[in-house]
Amino acid sequence: MNILVCLKQVPDTETQIKVAPDSKSIVTDNIKWVMNPYDEYAVEEGLRLKEKFGGEVTIIGVGPTKVTESIRTALAMGADKGILVDDPALTGSDSLGTAKILAAVIKDLDYNLILCGKQGVDDDYGVVGSNLAELLGIPQISIVLKLEVSEDGSTVKAHREVEGGTLVIEASLPALITAQKGLNEPRYASLPGIMKAKKKPLDVKTIADLGLDASEVGESGAKIKIMQITPPEERLAGKIVEGETPQEKAANLVKLLHEEAKVI
Amino acid sequence: MAQGIWIVAEQKEGELRKISFELVSEGKRLADKMGQSVTAILLGSNIKEKAPELGKYGADKVIVADDNRLATYTTDAYVSVIAELAQKEEPAIILLGASVQGKDLSGRLAARLGVGMAQDCVEFSLDNSNLVAKRPIYAGKAYATVTFKDSSPQIATARPNVFELNEPDESRSAEVIDAAFSLDDSQLKTKVVEVIQEAGDKPDLTEAELIVSGGRGMKGPENYNIIEELADLIGATVGASRSAVDAGWRPHSDQVGQTGKVVSPNLYIACGISGAIQHLAGMSTSKYIVAINKDPEAPIFQKADYGVVGDLFDVVPALTEEIKKIL
Ligand SMILES: Cc1cc2nc3c(=O)[nH]c(=O)nc-3n(C[C@H](O)[C@H](O)[C@H](O)COP(=O)(O)OP(=O)(O)OC[C@H]3O[C@@H](n4cnc5c(N)ncnc54)[C@H](O)[C@@H]3O)c2cc1C
Repeated sequence: MNILVCLKQVPDTETQIKVAPDSKSIVTDNIKWVMNPYDEYAVEEGLRLKEKFGGEVTIIGVGPTKVTESIRTALAMGADKGILVDDPALTGSDSLGTAKILAAVIKDLDYNLILCGKQGVDDDYGVVGSNLAELLGIPQISIVLKLEVSEDGSTVKAHREVEGGTLVIEASLPALITAQKGLNEPRYASLPGIMKAKKKPLDVKTIADLGLDASEVGESGAKIKIMQITPPEERLAGKIVEGETPQEKAANLVKLLHEEAKVI
Repeated sequence: MAQGIWIVAEQKEGELRKISFELVSEGKRLADKMGQSVTAILLGSNIKEKAPELGKYGADKVIVADDNRLATYTTDAYVSVIAELAQKEEPAIILLGASVQGKDLSGRLAARLGVGMAQDCVEFSLDNSNLVAKRPIYAGKAYATVTFKDSSPQIATARPNVFELNEPDESRSAEVIDAAFSLDDSQLKTKVVEVIQEAGDKPDLTEAELIVSGGRGMKGPENYNIIEELADLIGATVGASRSAVDAGWRPHSDQVGQTGKVVSPNLYIACGISGAIQHLAGMSTSKYIVAINKDPEAPIFQKADYGVVGDLFDVVPALTEEIKKIL
């Protein structure tokens, strides 16, 4: 079973986000860049399926050179090879543009299953997976908490989280799955794993290598334009509820919630 | 030329979901500014009788696609029908809910139509009839205002619980139209084989008006009964911090935060939660935040409208008792 995992590099979730002076981007100095947390679940699931069915796990990333660090992390976890699309023309791609690039990489590969994280924790769009599935003409199952591949490797059954419940969905392979937290517990890269990862193949491609036209991707191809980035409204600390005993504090809080905030 | 605003209504087991009315309400506000009409698209099975409700909130037209293959949402069937209708009718804007269904549908629909899509928006405005959308990024640590290029229709999803509902007008009625569509079984590549309902009828965290959350300060899964008792009393949904979820005390679906659910209730009560940046990212847009924590230095107090410094095992039951007195 050949599995492709699409990987994004994002600022660590600890990062305090600051708007840059151009008001169209964020300050990237001193940001620690990590593998998108949801992609960790996708990588782990790919590795588990490979352990069961054999085959290869290939990691595909789009972005600048530093993304190789996150791809190497996935290789150290046990993936077999990596592909990075790195080209200055990619700057400013929107989700659909990124999906076009991924589709161009993938059309020449032999695969049974594509795994993505359910969303990047930076832009929070959560659509590259479904964009990509559409461009490839394969079924998608998003926000998956549990995945079972049939013994003969021809179909998947996925538990998908919805409001107030779970849907169990079946699709034939090849298909694209997006991973939700809870799908598995991602492994840490071991030291031997890290050593081995250094020798694993990692191909770097440009958009010309993929036969794409620069006008289709990056800022010029983007159908969504960022006009402005703004900080959130500052939330100020409010009152500390007075009282000598827990009962008094509770009574005062109820008064505030009932009479001032009018929420209960 | 592309004309009009479409909203994609959502139904679950034949009942319209609240987001449908939020979408109609916002769609109507935008359409009025553009001098155009709002059309609701309603997909389901035996669903036509629900169409007039959408009219009361402001829909001028409701296009109903009624088919037993549309009873439960599947990506393939819904995208196929909506894309076909949109190609025929050419709306200028399509709004969907940023619900689980809407987020799944919006991306595939946008890719099929080859247009841009703005996900999970909290504010819409117009620039010469072009949609301008404001959406949180980095789980609300910043906001991006975006516009569309070469996109007809312009597609966006609206975050649940954010857009104000119009006052329903009982005298208002919408024109109800049966959709003509060709849904070919060969396009249906995914199948729903089972629906597992969670026990209880509490709204999902993303749609809840009131939330009571417990963190590591709860000390164990058995202690959540005090949170549940309070939540049941006021009709709130129970949430949790990631620590509580990762410890196995609560299910993953209860997690609030950057890698959990982003919520915006009227009231969020955080019990024994320190207020880590990833947790705050998920609940800072709540209208009112109450923090109950024994550590006066806990960062959650910096974001709370009302802070109670104390032991939650005393304060939470006392709070439940005090609320009983006013209900
Ligand atoms: C990649 C990544 C993603 C993450 N995503 C999320 C996320 O989505 N959501 C999330 O919540 N976290 C997330 N986290 C984890 C986050 O960093 C914190 O570890 C977590 O939120 C802490 O949970 P907590 O507040 O329950 O626990 P703690 O930080 O341990 O706080 C417990 C609090 O309880 C108080 N307390 C203890 N006993 C009592 C008592 N008897 N009465 C009153 N108060 C008491 C303490 O004073 C303390 O403030 C993420 C972390 C990473 C690395």
